[in-house]
Amino acid sequence: MKLVTGIIKPFRLDDVKEALKTLGVQGMTVSDVQGFGRQRGHTEVYRGAEYEVDFVPKVRVEVLADDSDADAVAQTIIDAARTGKIGDGKVWMTTVDAVVRVRTGEAGSDAL
Amino acid sequence: MKIDSGDTAWVLVAAALVLFMTPGLAFFYGGMVRSKNVLGMLMQNFFALGIVSVLWAVVGYSLAFGGTGGWIGNLDFVGLRDAATTYAPGFSGLTVPPLAFMSYQMMFAIITPALITGAIADRMRFSAWVWFIGLWAVLVYSPVAHWVFSPSGWLFKRGALDFAGGTVVHINAGVAALAIVLVLGKRRGWPKHPMPPHSLPLTLIGTGILWFGWFGFNAGSALGANGLAAQALLNTHLAAAAGMIGWLVLEKLRGGHATTLGAASGAVAGLVAITPCAGFVGGLAPLAIGVVAGGLCFLAVSMKFRFGYDDSLDVIGVHLVGGILGSLLLGFFADQSVNAAGRDGVFFGGGWELMGEQLLAVGVTLVFSFAVTWLICVVLKAVLPGGLRVTEDDEEVGLDLTQHSEVGYAMDRS
Repeated sequence: MKLVTGIIKPFRLDDVKEALKTLGVQGMTVSDVQGFGRQRGHTEVYRGAEYEVDFVPKVRVEVLADDSDADAVAQTIIDAARTGKIGDGKVWMTTVDAVVRVRTGEAGSDAL
Repeated sequence: MKIDSGDTAWVLVAAALVLFMTPGLAFFYGGMVRSKNVLGMLMQNFFALGIVSVLWAVVGYSLAFGGTGGWIGNLDFVGLRDAATTYAPGFSGLTVPPLAFMSYQMMFAIITPALITGAIADRMRFSAWVWFIGLWAVLVYSPVAHWVFSPSGWLFKRGALDFAGGTVVHINAGVAALAIVLVLGKRRGWPKHPMPPHSLPLTLIGTGILWFGWFGFNAGSALGANGLAAQALLNTHLAAAAGMIGWLVLEKLRGGHATTLGAASGAVAGLVAITPCAGFVGGLAPLAIGVVAGGLCFLAVSMKFRFGYDDSLDVIGVHLVGGILGSLLLGFFADQSVNAAGRDGVFFGGGWELMGEQLLAVGVTLVFSFAVTWLICVVLKAVLPGGLRVTEDDEEVGLDLTQHSEVGYAMDRS
């Protein structure tokens, strides 16, 4: 079992969601996050006073997948989120020890 | 009394327009603070409507407009005694009822101390503010209003011109803002920690309300529905428009973007500067006054970083600088053909005499208001058990929760 996590540009979320649905993914978790990578932040100016804003808004997409599907899920997110410009984000994968569906108590792959 | 119904209708409406400026100011400032302090800012302004109205009826009006002394009014109208039947000395020629005049002036007394809230954002205890605004309205506003607005006042008698409150309102509040922030100190983390506005849409709504209400402020000061009111209304509008352009052009030339906050600030700067001039200038003078005000105030708002005083939302940079500018430009642009009760400035053959009176009025207002405001602050800081400021922890948490037990935005609670 893997957890695929993607940090993407907020406006790519719809495309990523549709691509994952097309792939057959049954569920995902989305949250608003902020941070910086190589893109760094940006500058805002209020009445001539400049403020460095270090953290830019991003969206975090999390998808649980069977080991056999995980690579496809990750690649789908990468393809759908890519604009080719700096700040497109990152995708990574972590191993998950156990998953349980709360309603039924199903575990492992059955819980996905 | 010879009451004119048209004049009365206009002055009553103008009073309502000026009243509306205080909520407008609340939103103008409220959008510029951080979201944890938005209610604190709105409340300091809204409460001005509460306490200053009461004080004005009880004693403020009498101290500002009663009697014939040069320095301060008297107690003839205390508790509104005779206020409905007797004109304030020097105003017997009015064609509106005495109470229409009293009510109209009340709205000026409310918004003037409310202007100061922009300087003290995010760090003053609400109860300290209540004491401050009450004392200031009586000890600072009423005397200065008497000097300048009452025909018995010593500055009025000397021939200083102030149509709607360049000295009484804007310089008065602007220099008071300087005095209070010097006693109060900086916000924690200023200027290193960024404190950007949390809602510029609110600020722009506030600007719109202020602009709208300013027609009552300036054109209402004609105290009649007449040509002078029309002249003042047009002057007010043109100066706001030119002020916006003046600010944005400099902002752009300095390599930045044309910002919405700049547009709002420039318009307000133009409105401030035209306030003393509104009923004394004509032609394209308001465009010149407005564009210079927009540009100069844009430059002035960066002074606080050089000198290190935390005038949080630029009351000094906009109201003090704009008020002084307008009062002095009137020395150039005043044109007696616009208003027989006015005088001619340098550009209209009046020489430098008027300019001398304007300089005196500006200087005296600066010194008096700064000194008394500073004294009020020092005394309150010493005698109030909690002092003037919230604790460091409360400042971190924000005024909304610590001063009012509320939050401005509960959108994440369903």
